[in-house]
Amino acid sequence: MSISDEDGAHPRVAMPELLLGIGFLACAGAVLWQTLAIPVSPLYSKVGPKVFPYITFGGMLILALLLILSAVRGGWQQEEEKETPTDWRSMSFVVAGLVANLVLIQPLGFTAASVVMFTLVCYGFGSRRPIRDALLGLVLALAAYFGFAKALGVNIGAGIIENQLNAAIAALTGTIGG
Amino acid sequence: MDTLTQLGHGFAVAFTPVNLLWCLLGTTLGTAIGVLPGLGPALTIALLLPITYQVAPEASFILFAGIYYGAMYGGSTTSILLNTPGESATIVTALEGNKMARSGRGGAALATSAIGSFVAGTLGTLGVAFLAPVVVKFALAFGPAEYFSLMVLAFITVSAVLGSSAVRGLSSLFLGFVIGMIGVDLQTGQPRFTFGMTELLDGVDVIIAAVGLFAVGETLYVASRRYSGKDEIVPLRGSLYMTAQEWSRSWKAWIRGALIGFPIGAMPAGGAEIPTFLSYAIEKKLSKHKEEFGTVGAIEGVAGPEAANNASAAGVLVPMLTLGLPTSATAAIMLSAFQSYGINPGPLLLTTQSNLVWGLIASLFIANVILVILNLPLIGLWVRLLKIPAPQLYAGILVFSTVGTYGISQSPIDLIVLYLLGGVGFLMRRFDFPTAPVIIGMILGPLAEAQFRRAMTISNGDWTVFYTHPLSLTLLILAFIGLAGPFIWGYVERRRLKGQEAIPGDA
Repeated sequence: MSISDEDGAHPRVAMPELLLGIGFLACAGAVLWQTLAIPVSPLYSKVGPKVFPYITFGGMLILALLLILSAVRGGWQQEEEKETPTDWRSMSFVVAGLVANLVLIQPLGFTAASVVMFTLVCYGFGSRRPIRDALLGLVLALAAYFGFAKALGVNIGAGIIENQLNAAIAALTGTIGG
Repeated sequence: MDTLTQLGHGFAVAFTPVNLLWCLLGTTLGTAIGVLPGLGPALTIALLLPITYQVAPEASFILFAGIYYGAMYGGSTTSILLNTPGESATIVTALEGNKMARSGRGGAALATSAIGSFVAGTLGTLGVAFLAPVVVKFALAFGPAEYFSLMVLAFITVSAVLGSSAVRGLSSLFLGFVIGMIGVDLQTGQPRFTFGMTELLDGVDVIIAAVGLFAVGETLYVASRRYSGKDEIVPLRGSLYMTAQEWSRSWKAWIRGALIGFPIGAMPAGGAEIPTFLSYAIEKKLSKHKEEFGTVGAIEGVAGPEAANNASAAGVLVPMLTLGLPTSATAAIMLSAFQSYGINPGPLLLTTQSNLVWGLIASLFIANVILVILNLPLIGLWVRLLKIPAPQLYAGILVFSTVGTYGISQSPIDLIVLYLLGGVGFLMRRFDFPTAPVIIGMILGPLAEAQFRRAMTISNGDWTVFYTHPLSLTLLILAFIGLAGPFIWGYVERRRLKGQEAIPGDA
């Protein structure tokens, strides 16, 4: 806590920060719950797997209380940050893109899911040319799939588009080789 | 003398054609991601971690080091022309650099920052080469108790001392501890923090944590802030050549910046923000052209902080290579690359992996030469990167994030964890929590726990080992001063102010 956190003549409870502090307290609670759930072998009597989790819980508990205290005293956010309104519409398109990617990546494969995500995220950021964005997304996803993933030896889920292209490449190299 | 011989061997490793290509690739990629807002070296190296399964350690570390140095060069271009710091360490560069660009001296600002980065980067790398063996001699005397105390000190400095708030910094660090503890406990084989899910037994991959916090969180944050004003790119005007006066004003600032940056970076505290701010303050104080600061832009205000930034980036490698102690998010991810090769960075690294370490140091010298060439004659290329529109840039970052995350095990669970951490990253950005301590806590936390348990096992469960060993005690006292000092100082200061107010009429 810096000293500037505490000035301001009329400290008012800052709701967002208070919620955040309570959320952090809940995290500390989850840490305690999971620590109690760690099975400990009776044969192991020295410093076991629970000591560090307990220390972590203790630290988080103190920090959560300090965060809540700071929130009650008026919070710590700068005026500039507080005054900028959150663009919920833009954010929800980005979140929709992420969710679409998660849902589609198994049934449709990486490339198709990426195109959907790319288009939605671009729209969320204010681009109004979805068809051009979809094409760009396709090029980028294919570049990522064939360049990045293959070069790194990473196996990302192949779907319709990748299989067709892989088959085409195999056929092509087959004719050249044969 | 010994250092020079070793460095000679290092150059033999680094000068093979393949390794030169890796260096070129790393520096080019590093400059690009440094220039692009929203992408940083920590995220990029995390996404490229799978390469450690493909190539020799020398090659991947030369690549990573190139990215690390390159991002420092590229970040300053963004600061000068866009006034949006590409990296947190280039905030100060934006102060004077952008003013210079606006008054038509952008070319000189870019030149002094590139050449200053080269001078400081080279001095800093020399510092690494000569300081590392010294630190190793010292570190060989460290036992588990000393290591644990040293890590406690590093935890305090990276989260509580640097940064705007000790409470928020420590909160980030503890969040990192929790993420780091997820999975099977290596000493007893017991699952921890898995919430009964078998998918979490292997723990959370550092790639997922870094991508979630730095890419997904950042994208959400930028999307939520679209209302705030847009930055305009200042067109590059003025020649890249500096006048004789600009040279004479720059070179002292470079040297001073390097001398400030390297020691602070090399301390087990790290962080490039403090030395850049310090250098800026000193240059402003010493300058004969004070009227230019904050108005038309003073060249010293660019030269000094840029040099400090690059020298401290080099300094961070000293604790990383000699003690296995990462003090920045990027260094923490590089440490996990070492772990992926089964190499434990520590005092023995210089002897057991001398080809790797000295090859890496030698390649840093080469990287600096490549970077100054990439960033001066080819500057026009990088300026064009700045014109990539934000929608496509952030959408593209998310596509690459998916490759990096889903590629680990083709599990949608990984994507869910990624998005959860992205949400956490967004909240942290929005409410001014630093993100680097999460990554450091996640990587260094388990190592600290291992040292703690080793020390306790050796001492038969006697807690006093941590304060009966003099070195360990000293480190813990330093950590305590770092944590409690600012609070006590603030309290004393407030008491003093209150005392003054209480006496009416006192001038």
